[in-house]
Amino acid sequence: MVADLSVNAQDSADLLVANSTPGARSPQPSKAAQRATYYADLLATVTAAATPTDWAAIEQVRSQAQAVAQEMALPSTRDEDWRFTDLSPMLATTFLAPQPVTIAPAAIAAFEIPEATVRVVVVNGQFVSELSNLEELPDGVTIGPLTVVDDREQLAAHLGQQGGQDAFSVLNTAGLSDGVVIKLERRVQVAKPIHLLYVTTADQPTITQPRCLVLAKAGDSHCTLIEDYAAIGQGSYCTNSVMEVVLGNCATLHHVRLQREGNQAIHIGKTAICQDWNSHYTLTTISDGAAIARHSIDIAQMGPGTETILNGLAIATGEQLTDTHSSLVLNHPHGTADQLHKCIADDRGHTVFNGRVFVGHDAQQTNAAQLNRNLLLSPKARADTKPQLEIIADDVKCSHGSTVSQLEDSEVFYCRSRGLDLATARALLLDGFAGEILERLPIASLRSTLANRISQQISR
Amino acid sequence: MIVDNAPTVLSVKNLTATINDTPILKGLNLEIKAGEIHAIMGRNGSGKSTFSKILAGHPSYEVTGGEVIFEGQNLLELEAEERARSGVFLAFQYPVEIPGVSNLDFLRASYNARRKHQGLEEVDPFDFEDIVRDRLKVVQMDESFLDRSVNQGFSGGEKKRNEILQMALLEPTLAVLDETDSGLDIDALRIVAEGVNQLATENNAMLVITHYQRLLDYIVPDYVHVMYDGKIVMTGDKELALELEAKGYDWVDELQPVGV
Repeated sequence: MVADLSVNAQDSADLLVANSTPGARSPQPSKAAQRATYYADLLATVTAAATPTDWAAIEQVRSQAQAVAQEMALPSTRDEDWRFTDLSPMLATTFLAPQPVTIAPAAIAAFEIPEATVRVVVVNGQFVSELSNLEELPDGVTIGPLTVVDDREQLAAHLGQQGGQDAFSVLNTAGLSDGVVIKLERRVQVAKPIHLLYVTTADQPTITQPRCLVLAKAGDSHCTLIEDYAAIGQGSYCTNSVMEVVLGNCATLHHVRLQREGNQAIHIGKTAICQDWNSHYTLTTISDGAAIARHSIDIAQMGPGTETILNGLAIATGEQLTDTHSSLVLNHPHGTADQLHKCIADDRGHTVFNGRVFVGHDAQQTNAAQLNRNLLLSPKARADTKPQLEIIADDVKCSHGSTVSQLEDSEVFYCRSRGLDLATARALLLDGFAGEILERLPIASLRSTLANRISQQISR
Repeated sequence: MIVDNAPTVLSVKNLTATINDTPILKGLNLEIKAGEIHAIMGRNGSGKSTFSKILAGHPSYEVTGGEVIFEGQNLLELEAEERARSGVFLAFQYPVEIPGVSNLDFLRASYNARRKHQGLEEVDPFDFEDIVRDRLKVVQMDESFLDRSVNQGFSGGEKKRNEILQMALLEPTLAVLDETDSGLDIDALRIVAEGVNQLATENNAMLVITHYQRLLDYIVPDYVHVMYDGKIVMTGDKELALELEAKGYDWVDELQPVGV
């Protein structure tokens, strides 16, 4: 439906352009037409930037996406999925394909995570081997361009097949020429976390489209991956990323996602996860960057006894908007899912949470819990929340809920009655609110780095 | 213990207070000297808990008259945190849960706030762990409580023990225990009371607010006050608590002048 409407919108945009004559008072193009034209321009930019490959599988995935994208437009708040997230500010900027740059190692030193000795650094969309460190890669782990996947059919089967066909995922695939693949063989236990760092120099209004595919083969593999978005400069840019994860049976992945983009950035990200039976997937997201941030999480449990844990912390201060949309589909027995998503909004910040958990007919003995907690620190701050639980199976244990609150007076008084002044009490309670998620990060240095960053960000 | 010529710790004169314009305290008088343990008993709604919260500086109550002098200074002029740092401690009837804040960090922040006020150097995390470990013995608490979030998931007894642990660390001059016995089984009650007794010295004072006499079997008061309609209407020794227990609060009602 949406796609059809967009086609019409595009047509009418062309008509408007054709009819307008110089000097004549022509009506402004409709908003829908603007969005279609804008998206078409983005599509042209990313398509032109995509370098041809000699891999038919990639070419095919890309050309399919380009065909689908022809019928799409920039989402508007009339789309249910974007009701609270207005992308109109994007229309003012024409994003360009990024140019390769050389940056000094010192420029990214602040983003280094000491525990993660294996590091993959992508700057403005280009893998930079001088900044990366793959020397300590353990046996059984392969990291490289998409072509490290030997089985071309398998690659085509995984790329762009999950998580729906929304305008941004399709745009990413339409501009696909390469990406990062992380491949784990059977029974590989990776002791140290792998850091996948995407840096944007933010000196030009660029659109970069990170793409990553994680393939963990069946068997007892275990890995911690940190997906990290950061910027060196403070200019305006757009990141449109897609991360796809395929976990074989009995594989375990702890996925940390840090969105610490520059404060003028538009960040759109998709995380699509496909879990085979008995696999364990934990996602811990910390999102406090970008002017407008949208993260979509799509998870499918593809077999019984599968576990999914989602921890999220999203912070919006100043004029920031941060939106998390998650969808978790359980269709097999004995699955577990546990989601805790916390939002803090200060100043005129706006947080959005939309979490859907679907427990299908065969998902008996499912144990699913979902909770969204929102903390509003100023009168102009705003939180929109929509937890959704759909249950078809009849023998399940499921809960869901959301809360919106300010700092509790009783908690503040308790702290003060123990000698802490108001500012310290507030800071402590905020740390506590955020700390419940931060303490779930499996990397000690990140817990303290991010706690400090969050403290500084929130006005006290 | 009653000590001759002991300095006055707390002097309350003709204190009146309201919450949302409803009068709760209606002329309360009380004097507590160093070394003494005072108990305030009374019905629900007589103003006992309000009095304890006003001493701690709870912002919901408005003091409309009278004075409260703590160690020679006007307590009512101080913010809640300044009172705590000066040595007034309230053990809460319902200790507040603070998710995400570790008990250890909370205790250390509180301990250091008090030390800073006393002109002492703040204690680093390593030294503090030794101090807190030693104090844990007062309330027979396990070290594992330190790593948990403040009061979160604690049982009723554990919460009250945690309050007394805070008291043991802060070493207040005046400790106000607001219905510390509520929700405690007999074993927990004994542990809490023994903790309080260990902390009582001739230099500090305790104000124990309770409904029931049973706590006073363990924490033996020097004075027992009965509160009625926002005032202290009777004062006696520990025998008064026993008498109240035997006769019930109706006995106090009957003694009140009619029409006042």
